[in-house]
Amino acid sequence: MSPVNYVYLAALLFTIGAAGVLIRRNAIVVFMCIELMLNAANLTLVAFSRMHGNLDGQIMAFFVMVVAAAEVVVGLAIIVMLYRSRHSASVDDANLMKL
Amino acid sequence: MIGLLVGVPLLGAAVLLLGGRRLDRSGHWLATLLAAASFVIGAVLFASMLGEDAESRAMHSKLFSWVPVEGFQADVAFQLDQLSMTFVLLITGVGTLIHLYSVGYMEHDPKRRRFFAYLNLFLAAMLLLVLADNFLLLYVGWEGVGLASYLLIGFWQHKPSAATAAKKAFLVNRVGDAGLAIAIFLMFTTFGTFAFAPVLSAAGEAGEGKLTAIGLMLLLAACGKSAQVPLQSWLGDAMEGPTPVSALIHAATMVTAGVYLITRSGAIFNGAPDAQLVVVIVGAVTLLFGAIVGCAKDDIKKALAGSTMSQIGYMILAAGLGPIGYAFAIMHLVTHGFFKAGLFLGAGSVMHGMNDEVDMRRYGGLRKHMPVTFVTFGLGYLAIIGFPGLSGFFSKDQIIEAAFGKGGTEGWILGAVTLLGAAITAYYMTRVMLMTFFGEERWRKAPTPSPAEPDVEPAAETRGAYTPPHPHESPKIMTIPMIVLAFGSVFAGGLFKAGESFVGWLEPVTQFEHGHSPVSATAVTAATIVALVLGVGAAYLQYGRKPVPALAPRGSLLTRAARRDLLQDDFNHVVLVSGGTHLTRSLVYVDNKVVDGAVNGTAASFGGLSGRLRRLQNGFARSYAVSMFGGAAVLIAATLLMRAV
Amino acid sequence: MSFPLLTVTAALPAVGAVATAAVPAARRTAAKWLALLVSLATLVLAAVVLIRFDPGGARYQLTESHAWIPDFGVRYELGVDGIGAALMALTALLIPFVIGAGWHDADDLEGERANRRWRPTQGFFALILAVEAMVLVSFAATDVFLFYIFFEAMLIPMYFLIGGFGDRAHAAGEEEGAKQRSYAAVKFLLYNLAGGLVMLAAVIGLFVVSADSLGQGTFSLPELLKARASGDLAMATSTERWLFLGFFVAFAIKAPLWPLHTWLPNAMGESTAPVAVLITAVVDKVGTFAMLRFCLGLFPEASSWATPVVLSLALVSVLYGALLAVGQRDIKRLVAYASISHFGFIILGVFAMTSQGQGGATLYMVFHGISTAALMLVAGFLISRRGSRLIADYGGVQKVAPVLAGTFLIGGLATLSLPGLAPFVSEFLVLVGTFSRYPVAGIIATAGIILAALYVLVLVQRTMTGPIRRPEIEKMPDLKVREVAVVAPLVALLLFLGVFPKPLTEIVNPAVEHTLSDVQKKDPKPQHPVAEHAGSDDKPAGHGGGDHE
Repeated sequence: MSPVNYVYLAALLFTIGAAGVLIRRNAIVVFMCIELMLNAANLTLVAFSRMHGNLDGQIMAFFVMVVAAAEVVVGLAIIVMLYRSRHSASVDDANLMKL
Repeated sequence: MIGLLVGVPLLGAAVLLLGGRRLDRSGHWLATLLAAASFVIGAVLFASMLGEDAESRAMHSKLFSWVPVEGFQADVAFQLDQLSMTFVLLITGVGTLIHLYSVGYMEHDPKRRRFFAYLNLFLAAMLLLVLADNFLLLYVGWEGVGLASYLLIGFWQHKPSAATAAKKAFLVNRVGDAGLAIAIFLMFTTFGTFAFAPVLSAAGEAGEGKLTAIGLMLLLAACGKSAQVPLQSWLGDAMEGPTPVSALIHAATMVTAGVYLITRSGAIFNGAPDAQLVVVIVGAVTLLFGAIVGCAKDDIKKALAGSTMSQIGYMILAAGLGPIGYAFAIMHLVTHGFFKAGLFLGAGSVMHGMNDEVDMRRYGGLRKHMPVTFVTFGLGYLAIIGFPGLSGFFSKDQIIEAAFGKGGTEGWILGAVTLLGAAITAYYMTRVMLMTFFGEERWRKAPTPSPAEPDVEPAAETRGAYTPPHPHESPKIMTIPMIVLAFGSVFAGGLFKAGESFVGWLEPVTQFEHGHSPVSATAVTAATIVALVLGVGAAYLQYGRKPVPALAPRGSLLTRAARRDLLQDDFNHVVLVSGGTHLTRSLVYVDNKVVDGAVNGTAASFGGLSGRLRRLQNGFARSYAVSMFGGAAVLIAATLLMRAV
Repeated sequence: MSFPLLTVTAALPAVGAVATAAVPAARRTAAKWLALLVSLATLVLAAVVLIRFDPGGARYQLTESHAWIPDFGVRYELGVDGIGAALMALTALLIPFVIGAGWHDADDLEGERANRRWRPTQGFFALILAVEAMVLVSFAATDVFLFYIFFEAMLIPMYFLIGGFGDRAHAAGEEEGAKQRSYAAVKFLLYNLAGGLVMLAAVIGLFVVSADSLGQGTFSLPELLKARASGDLAMATSTERWLFLGFFVAFAIKAPLWPLHTWLPNAMGESTAPVAVLITAVVDKVGTFAMLRFCLGLFPEASSWATPVVLSLALVSVLYGALLAVGQRDIKRLVAYASISHFGFIILGVFAMTSQGQGGATLYMVFHGISTAALMLVAGFLISRRGSRLIADYGGVQKVAPVLAGTFLIGGLATLSLPGLAPFVSEFLVLVGTFSRYPVAGIIATAGIILAALYVLVLVQRTMTGPIRRPEIEKMPDLKVREVAVVAPLVALLLFLGVFPKPLTEIVNPAVEHTLSDVQKKDPKPQHPVAEHAGSDDKPAGHGGGDHE
């Protein structure tokens, strides 16, 4: 199987993730979609690494995973706090950041 | 020594102004003493000058270098020659007399100390004007007398009319001053200096165009200071000042400064016939203008002011004639100084006895009540109308003769104008005389509102029970100066004329040529006398034979126009005042809305832009995500596009 | 190394500012005296500068030079020519009067906020001293970058002085007054910052140009002038013009020149009279001074190129300012517009490129400072008595307060350049200098003196003369001892310098000659020069150079 197909799959996953981030209001779902996009990026990195026979992409994928894990920790904590104070996990309810 | 002349009265002004209330009791005597002191200094200098040869009489003294800037060297330096000497004696002499008179006249004024300080300031500035040896220092004196005049016209500044008159006098004079300033600029660019001696001696080398320009600018200056058409409007209003001021500044000395300036710059005018022609025209027009205005005024001081304007018109005209006229202009100036100061002091004396009433229609028959005033005023009157043998006769006659002597059509026209002027002078002065000292005692009855000027409210105290004034002779301190001036009015002319002594005295400074009159001197004299008789007769028929109405009749169109200063003020008001007001108002609007509007507009447009941009920050995480996504998409698209191209 | 006189002169008020600010809140009178003493000591030092300055000596004297930011060629370089020395003296002279006149200006605020740890009195006087220090450095700096820094930095204390200490009396009420005050302060700051930004670009441009043609970039004015004269500093014509514009716009805003003037009436109208004096008599002078020192010296070709436009704008300023002054209803705004007219004269003199014009312009800066201070401070005393800035609220003051009216009149007469008072000398020189090269401009500007008489006399008439129409005026007290002590020396100076300006002209003349030789201009020759000047000691060395311009 040609590695190009992995790239197509990654594009598909990324699109799904992006659409989810833009469309869904539930913070948890948005969060999952962000993970989806990150993993799509990972997939491309690994795929290209394979295509070029260069390990840099795979190393990069590890970095992304570490960052994603850190992000999950911080992000989930924020979402939990948000839910506690507002009894809602909708991202649209949290709009205090405007001027 | 020359510096002392200026310094003594200046010291007086400084001491009186800074001295405070301590000097309230003695200040006026100090001022009078200092004025007299400068007269004595002047007399001593005069005596020493007489001891010299005619050609080497001029004295110079440089005090210090005033404004030294590369190429522009202005010194505080004095020059005392025969012309200046004449003025020094006139200024200090008449000045001292008027100081003396004011001691009585201003006795009850709470601000008397300040009044005398200003008088001394005036003397200093006027002496500076005539003693300066360069045009810039002359300019200092020129504006200095303007300042003194401003302060004195507005002396009773609690009256809005006085404050307005003072401001007007200063402003109109400023227009003239600008002319003098430009004349000095022109001299500087033409000759590289503005000291009298080098400029006047080199005047011949410059082109006629330059000289004409300088001459016209000097004339503008003279018009402002000497109240000549078209800058004459301030003089009538200046009568708001105390009467001694009118006598000293607005009759005898300051207003004649224009004549001095033209005579002093004779060399420039001699080289610029066009400028001279304009000078003559201005003189002739003012001569008639002032005389006509003088005929219509019921206010005794304003009638005299019109007369002053007219007499200075004579002098300017004479000065415009060139070397045939300079000496006569100055001669008339001096005799006029005597009789006009005398007349004003007489008018002041009348007002003093009449509760400060100035309307001649409220006078009448005063000769019995004020004999000294009547006699001195009468002698001044005879002098000004040119009664044979008195001062005015000799000096005016000479001017008329010189006017004919100009030659050609011009000479005839000028001669006719001056003769006509003489007739009108006789008319209005006789009118003043008759209305004031002869006829019915109109002041005994209460005044009624005037049909001619219904808008003039009768004064409050006259509406109730009317108490007529008690005309009385003024105290000695006031009559003595009047008597002295009356002597001057009678004899000065004859003295000057005898053996052409005055002309000979001035000749080294002003040069002298005899005019070539197409008519003989005798004929001119005869014509003058005829004009005089006609004028006096007409006035007698109108004001002597018939009782004078206590209220001014409506009068003809000309009379009404003349009462309003021949509509000149109305013209000024419509064109300059309201035009200027509109201009400034619209400029204020422009400044606020357009110029500042542009600034505020720039600020506001940034504010608006940021307001728009601010809306993007709506706080919704998803819309930020869209813009991020969009931005990323655009970037990728752009990158791909760049690759493709 | 010699004693760093200029640094000490400028540093003294800076140290004084810090010390004044540190005085404890309760002892505000001590703070005032401290500030006054510091300003007087600075005056003494400035007088020493003036005395030590040798008119016949080198162009820049009392120089100090230290490396500051070597990487960018920025040096701490001070030095004065006659113009700088005269203006330093003016600044040091006026500050004690500003402090004396503003003695109680920050008192009322104190009462209100006494419970807080807020010390407005200390702040007011500290800010004034800070401005003085920065202005003094600006007049002494011969390093363009150093100048730029202080030129901009003085905006900060000025901003607080305008915004924080306005008149309590405001026609539109206290709250509206505070609003307009902060508007004025912000406008002042932004307008001048915008100018400064343009200048910063030009300063950097100058550095790049000098680095290109000299190998080593420099900001040092003497070095730049030397390179300019020897031809080492080559600038393309268009580059020179752009750089000139960058500098000029900043100075024209500060000066201010029409149409960049609109911040001045707001700033002067809303601030207290002493601060208004500080703005127009001291801070604004930096603008016109810098035109003479930097624009003409560094960009001679561009200066000549811009002359027609600059002269026209200056003429517009002269007439426009005067006409608008006539139309004002507010005393302080009237003085502000009068100042705009006077700045027009100064710029006219600077760009007439004649020794009379530039000498006159320098004297004008000094004399205008003194005369405006006299007029504005007396106006401030008047306003503080009645609590109104509107001309219509006065009338008949002369009767109850003759000394106040008299000094106000003298200030006014100085403003209209009456001969015998100092401003006449400078105005006449400017006009002569302008006329000798540009006769038409000279004549148009002469109309300005008529308008000056108009606005001054109308102001005097409406406020001082006539009957007393309002009861508040009947009880108005005359000037107090402190106020007389502030005004009398100014009046005396106006009189003295009007009669004997020679000491100042002697210091200024050589500097003007240097500036003229920078721009390679010579005075126009008279068409028919009189062979022998009566009583003048015209040396051929300075004057008889060439027959052609």
